[in-house]
Amino acid sequence: MSNINRTDLIKQGAIWAFIAVELAFFSIAGKFLSVTDATFMDPENMLLLLKQSAPIGIIALGMTIVMINGNIDLSVGAIFAMSAVILLDSMGWAWMQSLGVWSIPISWGLALLTGVVLGAINGLIVWKTGVDAFIVTLGSMLGYRGLVFMYNGEQPTSHLNWTLVDFAEARFLGLHTATWFLLVVALILWLVMTRTVHGRNAYAIGNNREAAVNAGIRVGPHFLWNFMLIGFLSALSAVVFYSESGSVNPNDGMLYELWAITAVVLGGTKLTGGYGSIISTLGGVIAIQLLRKGLGHIGSDTETVNLVIGLILIAVLFLDRQLNRKGKEELRV
Amino acid sequence: MTDQSPILRLENIVKAFPGVRALDGVSLDLRPGEVHALMGENGAGKSTLMKVLGGLHQPNEGKIYIGEKQVVMDRPQTAKQNGVVFIHQELSLADELSVAENIFLGELPRKSLGRVDWEKLYTDTDAILDRLNVGFNARTRVGDLSIANQQMVEIARALTVDPRAVIFDEPTASLTDSEKVVLFDVIADLQSRGVGVIYISHRMEEIFKITDRISVLRDGSYRGTLNTAETNEEDVTQLMIGRKLDLSRNKVQHEMGDVALEVRNLSCGKLFHDVSFTVRKGEVVGFYGLVGAGRTEIAETIFGLREPSAGKILLDGQEVTINSPQDAIARGISLVPEDRKGQGLVLGMNCRDNMTLPQIGELTSGPFTSDKAEVAIFDKYHDALDIRTPGWRQTVGNLSGGNQQKIVIGKWLSMHPKVLIVDEPTRGIDVGSKSEIHNLIRDLAAQGYAVIVVSSEMPEVLHVSDRIVAMFSGRVMREFTTEEVTENNLVQAISGLSEDRVA
Repeated sequence: MSNINRTDLIKQGAIWAFIAVELAFFSIAGKFLSVTDATFMDPENMLLLLKQSAPIGIIALGMTIVMINGNIDLSVGAIFAMSAVILLDSMGWAWMQSLGVWSIPISWGLALLTGVVLGAINGLIVWKTGVDAFIVTLGSMLGYRGLVFMYNGEQPTSHLNWTLVDFAEARFLGLHTATWFLLVVALILWLVMTRTVHGRNAYAIGNNREAAVNAGIRVGPHFLWNFMLIGFLSALSAVVFYSESGSVNPNDGMLYELWAITAVVLGGTKLTGGYGSIISTLGGVIAIQLLRKGLGHIGSDTETVNLVIGLILIAVLFLDRQLNRKGKEELRV
Repeated sequence: MTDQSPILRLENIVKAFPGVRALDGVSLDLRPGEVHALMGENGAGKSTLMKVLGGLHQPNEGKIYIGEKQVVMDRPQTAKQNGVVFIHQELSLADELSVAENIFLGELPRKSLGRVDWEKLYTDTDAILDRLNVGFNARTRVGDLSIANQQMVEIARALTVDPRAVIFDEPTASLTDSEKVVLFDVIADLQSRGVGVIYISHRMEEIFKITDRISVLRDGSYRGTLNTAETNEEDVTQLMIGRKLDLSRNKVQHEMGDVALEVRNLSCGKLFHDVSFTVRKGEVVGFYGLVGAGRTEIAETIFGLREPSAGKILLDGQEVTINSPQDAIARGISLVPEDRKGQGLVLGMNCRDNMTLPQIGELTSGPFTSDKAEVAIFDKYHDALDIRTPGWRQTVGNLSGGNQQKIVIGKWLSMHPKVLIVDEPTRGIDVGSKSEIHNLIRDLAAQGYAVIVVSSEMPEVLHVSDRIVAMFSGRVMREFTTEEVTENNLVQAISGLSEDRVA
């Protein structure tokens, strides 16, 4: 039994070991190469890093569940943008403004509802047509982005509400509001995936859909719930981010789906489904943000950062493959 | 013809897998111009032997000779280079490519700069197709051909290398009678060119029509070679089955209750027609037949995975409609599927989670699943079924076949079903665990479960069943009670031999 726990521990611990290596590397390299005098491991800097991880992090957590379930959602970036547009635009409506502070929860609710509805559309199409989620959400990614442009053309949608900004910039126990959202979502989703029927069934469906059907599990509704969940989380991510910034461009959130998938995969979740962990995805999100920040700290530009992250992603998946292969050979003996 | 030296000789081949000795000193020789039948029950070792010959498995002991030369078949290519080619039962063709491209796949004729020499490709292909006398040409898209014609493409592919030996693995399984005639002509043509043919089939009729000699395997060992002209179906059957099983000795008789499941005139498209039978509480009914006879499909229809085109299903005398596995489970029907790893288990999950999968929805406290309730169920069936695993956290994929099967059976027993359907209960399970599973099935019946066992292994069906339903090509041929069944009439019933011969 200890043997089983050990392999699981190694797999789930790998991403945190990687983070430790990054921290060590950037702290030491930063001493020689840094463009500023600040130390990299500064607590304030680390807290900021967590806050900056939140927008993609919240989406990546939802993506983990969808991917464990054996699907994928490419439309998250577009849902993120659409929800942001609804959030900021609705606060400008005359009747909303007459409500004063109460306009805030209503606009939040509208934005989150937008995410849930767009996610439900994805889920229903995947369930009812049986078309692969990759194709369905590739289509909706284009479609939803089209809706964003139809709403306000090329113009940015803006509305700055100072109460909201105060809320978004507030800190509780030292952590930023966005960080709290990230951590609470991670906790809830971790409970969902490890302790609830829905989570168990999602793993089962992703691992062996036929066996799940034979066990009497209705696959479609689980798909629908998970797409609604990731839609909700994309909207939540938008709510958290745009409450502070107050202005959304129609191109915002582009490539978020790829960053989210990168974080999920770095965290060890299988593209084919059936295996993965929420906590490891959190690790994946932090690892990517550390890399971006760290490389910036030692003076690299954005292009270099992307190149390095891309190389690391391939290297990690190659290592994972080698490890798994060794495991299989051992079994054959 | 028979006095020529063999073109192919297998000597004392031994192949062991973990826990199973799949081949135990098998020898075989093939003469030029001969059609040599290889017979044996499912699991007797025919396909393992052919995989050894084809270079897919390495034998632990034994030698392979091509002519006088010893050859080590280390890769599939080696077999082909030595003129040994296989026509597999399962087609391996690329649907979207033309006949010619499929036949010369990997060996397309080239011109300079790596361009394909289409002209040569099509003329070469048509030359081969002429020999086979088929109604399609080199440019036809393979996906547009019938199964029989696709098989012809496979055969054409074998002919590109001018083979010395051709192995046909159940070639007629999906062919109609007229298509068989064409196939037999092809075999006769090969024969006349001095090619040796190994012909694997269950169908006695064909064997006696086209083969010269018959070699029989049983339980991985060689049981002898007969000259077809000097033997008959009974002798071959006897050789295949071996010892007479004393059925009454193996079986504890027990009380049976009312009819639990009744199926009336059930049909499902072309898969099976007009199937009727009953299963009583405490009874094991065995479904025996060749692969493709429709047994699994009946099980799947009762379990709600397929929609019946006609007929009724009655549980405890009440007609029921079953539209999905959920319906079936709710009414107390459980299915242990044929493909344990593909359909029965979530291999990446641990033992406990697999066992509680169908009822996890009920095992909750508040919003969360209850560890306590789940472990309690696991412990109960872990003990009852004697599942050997270090603990419930063990990933199911790491267990042996027998223990995996017990997990699946435990999963369904924990649902307290009325009717338990077990499809191929011991496929891929080693000999020791087989009898354990068999005893378990008998015990379950004794406890009052109505059990259906679908199996392709005759000893298994004879051993566990109170009654046997013999199927052939989607129809129930005959029902036997334990008292009246003999191996011979069972074999004849599932081979589709005329019913009047089955006394």
